[in-house]
Amino acid sequence: MATPELGGIGKSVQRKEDARFIRGKGNYVDDVQLPGMLFLDLARSPYPHAKILAIRKEKTLATPGVLAVITGKDLEAAKLSWMPTLMSDTQMVLPTDTVMFHGQEVAGVVATDRYAAADGVAALEVDYEPLPAVIDPFKALAPGAPVIRTDKKDKKDNHIWHWEVGDKAATESALQGSDVVVREKLYIPRIHVSSIETCGCVAQVDAMGKLTVWMTTQAPHAIRTVFALVSGLPEQKIRIISPDIGGGFGGKVPVYPGYVIAVVAALTTGHPVKWVEDRTGNLISDSFARDYHIEAEIGASKDGHVTALRVKTLADHGYTDAAANPSKFPAGLFHIITGSYPFKAAFVEVDAAYTNKPPGGIAYRCSFRVTEAAFAIERLMDNLARQLHLDPAEFRLKNFIPPEAFPFPSVLGWTYDSGNYAGALRKAMEIIHYADLRKEQAEKRKRGELMGIGISSFTEIVGAGPSKTFDILGIKMFDSAEIRIHPTGKVLARFGTKSQGQAHETTYAQILAEELGIPVDYISVEEGDTDTAPYGLGTYASRSTPTAGAAAAIACRKIREKAAKIAAHLLEVSPDDIEWKDYKFQVKGVPGKSKTMADVAFAAYTNHPQGMEAGLEAVDYYDPPNMTFPFGSYIAVVDVDKETGQVHTRRFVAVDDCGTIINPMIVDGQIHGGLTMGFAPAMLEEIPYDADGNNRASSFLEYLLPTAVETPKWETAKTTTPSPHHPLGAKGVGESATVGAPAAFVNAVLDALEPYGISNIDIPLTPYKVWQAIHAKDPK
Amino acid sequence: MYPPSFEYYAPTTVEEAIGLLQQHEGEAKILAGGQSLVAMMKLRLVQPAALIDINRIPNLSYIREDDKFLRIGATARTNDLADSELIRRRYPILADAGGEIADPIVRNRGTVGGNVSHGDPGNDLPACMMALGAEYEVRGAKGARTVPARQFYQDTFVTALGPAEMLTEIRVPKPGPGTGNAYSKMERKVGDFATAAVAVQVVVNPTGAIQTAGIGLTNVGATAIYAAAASEFLKGKSGTDADLAKTAELARDASQPGVDNRGSVDFKKDMVRVWTRRTLRRALDRAKGGK
Amino acid sequence: MAVDAVVAKSTLPVNSSKTIHVTVNGVARASTVDARTLLVSYLREHLTLTGTHIGCDTGHCGACTVLVDGKAVKSCMMLAVQTDGCEVRTVEGLEMAGKLHPVQEGFTKEHGLQCGYCTPGMMMTSVALLAKNPNPTEDEIRRGISGNLCRCTGYVNIVKAVQYAAKQMAAAPPGGP
Repeated sequence: MATPELGGIGKSVQRKEDARFIRGKGNYVDDVQLPGMLFLDLARSPYPHAKILAIRKEKTLATPGVLAVITGKDLEAAKLSWMPTLMSDTQMVLPTDTVMFHGQEVAGVVATDRYAAADGVAALEVDYEPLPAVIDPFKALAPGAPVIRTDKKDKKDNHIWHWEVGDKAATESALQGSDVVVREKLYIPRIHVSSIETCGCVAQVDAMGKLTVWMTTQAPHAIRTVFALVSGLPEQKIRIISPDIGGGFGGKVPVYPGYVIAVVAALTTGHPVKWVEDRTGNLISDSFARDYHIEAEIGASKDGHVTALRVKTLADHGYTDAAANPSKFPAGLFHIITGSYPFKAAFVEVDAAYTNKPPGGIAYRCSFRVTEAAFAIERLMDNLARQLHLDPAEFRLKNFIPPEAFPFPSVLGWTYDSGNYAGALRKAMEIIHYADLRKEQAEKRKRGELMGIGISSFTEIVGAGPSKTFDILGIKMFDSAEIRIHPTGKVLARFGTKSQGQAHETTYAQILAEELGIPVDYISVEEGDTDTAPYGLGTYASRSTPTAGAAAAIACRKIREKAAKIAAHLLEVSPDDIEWKDYKFQVKGVPGKSKTMADVAFAAYTNHPQGMEAGLEAVDYYDPPNMTFPFGSYIAVVDVDKETGQVHTRRFVAVDDCGTIINPMIVDGQIHGGLTMGFAPAMLEEIPYDADGNNRASSFLEYLLPTAVETPKWETAKTTTPSPHHPLGAKGVGESATVGAPAAFVNAVLDALEPYGISNIDIPLTPYKVWQAIHAKDPK
Repeated sequence: MYPPSFEYYAPTTVEEAIGLLQQHEGEAKILAGGQSLVAMMKLRLVQPAALIDINRIPNLSYIREDDKFLRIGATARTNDLADSELIRRRYPILADAGGEIADPIVRNRGTVGGNVSHGDPGNDLPACMMALGAEYEVRGAKGARTVPARQFYQDTFVTALGPAEMLTEIRVPKPGPGTGNAYSKMERKVGDFATAAVAVQVVVNPTGAIQTAGIGLTNVGATAIYAAAASEFLKGKSGTDADLAKTAELARDASQPGVDNRGSVDFKKDMVRVWTRRTLRRALDRAKGGK
Repeated sequence: MAVDAVVAKSTLPVNSSKTIHVTVNGVARASTVDARTLLVSYLREHLTLTGTHIGCDTGHCGACTVLVDGKAVKSCMMLAVQTDGCEVRTVEGLEMAGKLHPVQEGFTKEHGLQCGYCTPGMMMTSVALLAKNPNPTEDEIRRGISGNLCRCTGYVNIVKAVQYAAKQMAAAPPGGP
């Protein structure tokens, strides 16, 4: 049999995981079927804020197939009605006396099948006494507002925390000294990840008291630790298995009440219990992102150089802060907001408020507020260019941090690793024929047609993170790889991360192939089972390649160190005479004398040097020295129907730079998906609440995921500026496009509306909002 | 999300279906395509005691033309409209609408009869049928009667259909020379109900004057709306830009939209105006032999 | 850890059950199902054909798409009893005698999937689309798959996957129902 292709770094290797997915043989949580398994469904509150007067279980318990009803009072007896959030706040598993948001879980119904469980939920009688709901975070912070978290002793208001960074006085004086200053209020509404697979789990307790939970989680190890701390179960008796995950995007990082109730139900009934939430439950209670009220201003000199930036933000976190930010940074990495430009002064402050909404500010293909930052700076850069009568491309090119300035210390405390911002923008301008588009636009304007061109030149920050600054609930944000080479030269590698579609089984195998000289087909990658995989913080915030990918490379290099000694032993030379070249151990200067890693692996178990341990394996827990800073420039071209407000995206060119690319095909796929999740909130998606606090987008009829028809035809290109500190030069890429794209769309639409002089429309840019903006200026 | 229990019947004749409706005294629902009904049952918005599945009644899914009418059987699928050569050639408005209802998979199941009889103001075909001057054959224990589409819709989910009646056929008068029709739907995305949608049929006489016009509006009121004043206004006009602008304003005034995530009352009314004008132009172009 | 929840006696749900005869992926099945059993529940739970997924419950996402008598339908919007006497084809029935369907091949070759959750429904829609229109334009493909939501791929490579399959099928049409 011929040796398969190596499939190392830079090759568009076909995805290994596809073999099961295209046959319908993926193994998602809902595919787990166990003998005697029961089903959990959840009753939810129709009120955004109410006292629970009584929960009457009788009709539910009389419903055929229903076995149990679990309420907050039941959990309270076991001290499980509350649980911690990843931000050291507290959230309810089930309420004992007060519901905090429309759609909150109120009781669990356990039945013999899903239909019966749904019947039981429909039959449950709950008496409520509605309370005034606080929906607007500004009103929540106003004096005299009803206090939402009355469970917290001494809590007299709805303020959660204040966080600030930068030099306030220097920024004030720099803004005062600026020739031009633009200010804008930008609201980024509540949005929802809506992975096509909702959340769910199967909980099982065996005769030895071991709890196994198959769970839709992006961070199984962290979940195990949290479960152990909350439940008091010994950690070795908890096994979290994250099987195939049908999309995560950060929505599968938090612990939701359903998981905990399922575990309780399994413990209570002695049966395995499955909970799979329906879409409405998913859309009204899980993992919302954004809900950020940003007030930003930036200044420039009259010759067009940026000076200072000041931002004041109010974050609506709902009734609890359940985000997954590093504990030192409650507003995430929002202070990347100076973006691709060398601001000399900046000051950022964020306040967080409780409202009667579900936990917000969590994730939408970006969990650390980087999207909010990139959106704000790229929107303001366009407004400033307009104010200065400069072309927005020219204005950016004039201001970019130059390539020779890296590593670049930002005024708010980051050290950008590498970048070539002008290179990316120039490439995008060439591909889209920027100068021609501007000519076309000028001609169209004369005819009264609305065409717009929008740019976004974002800087991302991913790969959390260095343990000196990054932890979640105290657990440092390293990640891990454990690699074993079997005697026949085949490899099993396990990681602390967890793919949800990013193709780790392929990408990690390519890193190993490159580092070990073993073909990808001979490498198996496993993740997601806490009984077997090494501890890690999981996959979110584009951290897998920067952390676990680096761990893979380092672990391989540890193996190579030992392997070189075995090779020397086999080739009967001193280890000093061995070099790793062309994916083999060669005797220096004698290319014909060599051993492959497979040769060495066999020897590691059959003929290893005396005094050396047998075997060939290594573990690495990688603590990155810095974050990585991917970047890119996007250009959107839109046509606006001025009568209807409809926006058509004619072209969208995305030039990305994520450093060394491991699999170009997969990276392009990540960009396509990220762009679509940048387009969606810019143009379609929003979870609106009415004045009474009701969620107005509780199904896909109203929460508008784009189809293939609305989604623009993406055009992608790359530049490559490796990270100097990552062992492979790679940066993360999963979220770049989601971070970068929204501003390009809004800038394009506002550019089209330039004749009307409109400085902002809050996203999503629905026909209604665009029509309103035009009509406010031209009511005929 | 799962539906509650119900009794299930699959009659093989219309008479049998009507008998079952009578027997259940308003507690039964007809299951045709089920693309709205099953979803509403899963959301437990409706809990019928029985479902009467009419998909096994033979010869109820035809689309054919005789000397007077285009006849569409109740269980013809909405995709059949867009796929039908006859419809595309002679009733392009129904091909327009047939390509815009929900999404292509839903249209494989959703029926023309269900779309027109459900009484949801967001359904696309009622406005078309109003524009076309169609009538519905409704059958009950006492036999068949016909109800003009323009008189069928009473309120949201309330129609002229009695509790033990079933809509069996849609009849569209055959178009004469000089007929042009079109449907335009403004939607936020595929699968959405209309922000506003407009159905138009015009008949232009050989001198170029508009002989008759019918304008129906989707999702801008409690039911589909027949814009009578606008339709009447166009009679005898030549179809100048000014004629269309005035007609569009009259159609706008006939609409009674509510506020929802799609926009305000003013916005939706203005969209009725814009799309009436645009759709009239398309229909007039088609009347003159254009696409 | 213990919770003192009220545990009721187990009683079986009242069934208005029907026996149905369905051919699923070429295999004749006789099954007794409750009238309210959705086709997707029948496939996933009775027949353990778990390749067909549930994504939205309201007929918007298309993850549950299967072919009933050759037409693409959303199996969570249809009752199992309605398929009595029908031929149903699911993702598990695409591969024939160890040979992938050109649509399956297209999805992996063109990277038309990431998390894989929408993929079975998306592929079944594509199979039906190509049966009706063997040489679709990009616009026809985008409209044809607009009843299926994908959150990962941005659709670019799904379009390519369908185009790939169209080419392969023009050269050598696949067998199967």
